[in-house]
Amino acid sequence: MSTIDPATGGKEPLIIARGLRKEYGDFTAVDGIDFQVNRGDSFGFLGPNGAGKSTTMRIIAATLTRSGGDISILGKDPEVRGPEIRAHLGVVPQQDNLDNSLTVEDNLYVYGRYFGLSRTFIRNKIEELLAFAQLEEKRGVKVEALSGGMKRRLTIARALVSEPEILMLDEPTTGLDPQARHILWDRLFRLKEQGVTLLITTHYMDEAEQLCDRLMVMDKGRIMAEDSPANLIKTYSTKEVLEVRFGSDRNAQFADQLRSMSDRIEVLPDRVLMYSDDCESLLHEIVSKGMQPTTSLVRRSSLEDVFLRLTGRSLVE
Amino acid sequence: MSTTDFSRKGSLQIINVEKILRMGSFYVAQARIRNIWQWKWSVLGEAVANPMFYLLSIGIGIGKIVNSHQSVGVDGVKYLTFLAPALLAATCIQGAVGEATHPVLEGFKWAKGFFAMNATPITGEQIANGVLLGAMARVTFGCVIYYTALYSFGAVHGLHTLWLIPMTLFAANSFAVLMMGICAAIKNDDLFLNMVQRFLIMPLFLFSGTFYSLSSMPKFLQIIGWASPLWHATEVGRWISYGHHISHGALLFHFSYMTIMTIVGFKVSHHFFVKRLAK
Repeated sequence: MSTIDPATGGKEPLIIARGLRKEYGDFTAVDGIDFQVNRGDSFGFLGPNGAGKSTTMRIIAATLTRSGGDISILGKDPEVRGPEIRAHLGVVPQQDNLDNSLTVEDNLYVYGRYFGLSRTFIRNKIEELLAFAQLEEKRGVKVEALSGGMKRRLTIARALVSEPEILMLDEPTTGLDPQARHILWDRLFRLKEQGVTLLITTHYMDEAEQLCDRLMVMDKGRIMAEDSPANLIKTYSTKEVLEVRFGSDRNAQFADQLRSMSDRIEVLPDRVLMYSDDCESLLHEIVSKGMQPTTSLVRRSSLEDVFLRLTGRSLVE
Repeated sequence: MSTTDFSRKGSLQIINVEKILRMGSFYVAQARIRNIWQWKWSVLGEAVANPMFYLLSIGIGIGKIVNSHQSVGVDGVKYLTFLAPALLAATCIQGAVGEATHPVLEGFKWAKGFFAMNATPITGEQIANGVLLGAMARVTFGCVIYYTALYSFGAVHGLHTLWLIPMTLFAANSFAVLMMGICAAIKNDDLFLNMVQRFLIMPLFLFSGTFYSLSSMPKFLQIIGWASPLWHATEVGRWISYGHHISHGALLFHFSYMTIMTIVGFKVSHHFFVKRLAK
């Protein structure tokens, strides 16, 4: 499986999953999914909480056994050769699990030792990683004193200490303020530019659009679609979206009339979404027919619209 | 904002998996020792103060009363000499159990550090081994200081009593590894630690022939002593220290008991560490 397949654009496949399943009793968390991640890809799992993203990530991380199907990571089966696979992964879990009683620097050092790296190598690497994570001034500070954003950056830096072939990030910016998110995105974008293979789970569509070349949209353990963010939007949505509000009680009341004006509309509790390649004209038509929305907004389609189309539900509920 | 780029060779070039499979337990132990080092003054203070307080209050204070009533002391020796191997074993066993159980709850539940370790090539078995090694490193330090205090107080005599140190560590290890395994299986941590301290450690300390011979107690209480690694360690310790009479069969039984406890303890620990990490 480590040979180069021309179908992947000359890129080496690092992860190949076929019919991957995970069941917990009667509950199916991952329901027979197929996917492939190639070297240098920035691959995202997009879906709401409970979609099966984190379970899939843990199977890839060789810390959770599968119930069925096949998966190969770096040409190896994670259930047979877990430590050998984990040696080449950098894992950023959903919740930071740093050692709070140690300093920033010691956290990086100790983690590097788990990969069997020499003291000299780790000491040099720590300088690079502290600069990357913008934590040089905090090197001697105990982790418990860091802010949420700093802890997140340190967790990412820690995952990079072993120069992993694949960096796995599970909901990397959940719980962070907008400024901390943007700093993190910048750091991750730099890694992407350097050709590090990124595997990201997120339920933030803006994060998925920013960081991922390819996206797998998941819901209830199944793959709903897979493509680049731009192609997903092109395939599953129109160029533009018109959001109109008539007031909570009246949105549904106008729905039938609005439906006749557009191929696709979505009636949400607080607004109606209308899909068209020319939403300005659509808005004029609505007004000309005597319907006066209290607010209106024309925007470009996003992954949220794709998700709504594929599942009938919003990403963040 | 930094523009740092990485000097990147990639993990395939820099990581030696065979070495990690061989050395992983020691890497975990190093991390544990680094963690314990955060509390070095408290560790040192406890290691010095503990024997001082026990030897002064019970060994010398109570010993004076005991010796004044029994011309030949206890078991044919002074009360302090009788007590010394038991105090050493009790302190080391308690220390080992504490150091092998608290980090387990922290690693699995409170800070989830074991999951971070297991995201690297380190296996569940190696984490268990490393935690135990770290605990035993601390206990070895305490044991040497305690022994030195016993020697200084005249509670043990002769270089042959140095054998007390490895024997006591063996006993402490046997109980600690079993408790570590049970701890890995426990979900209700608050209750567990309190129960262990109040209903396991304390009774073992009191009913394992520590302060008086086990045979002087009612039969039903002697059973606690027979099950306790502390009693086995105390019996062998007294034999090493001042030649307390034990038959060869009993000696074999004491070592066999502690060996079996060690083997079972490792099996239980490895099983529950791997199982809990895979949940």
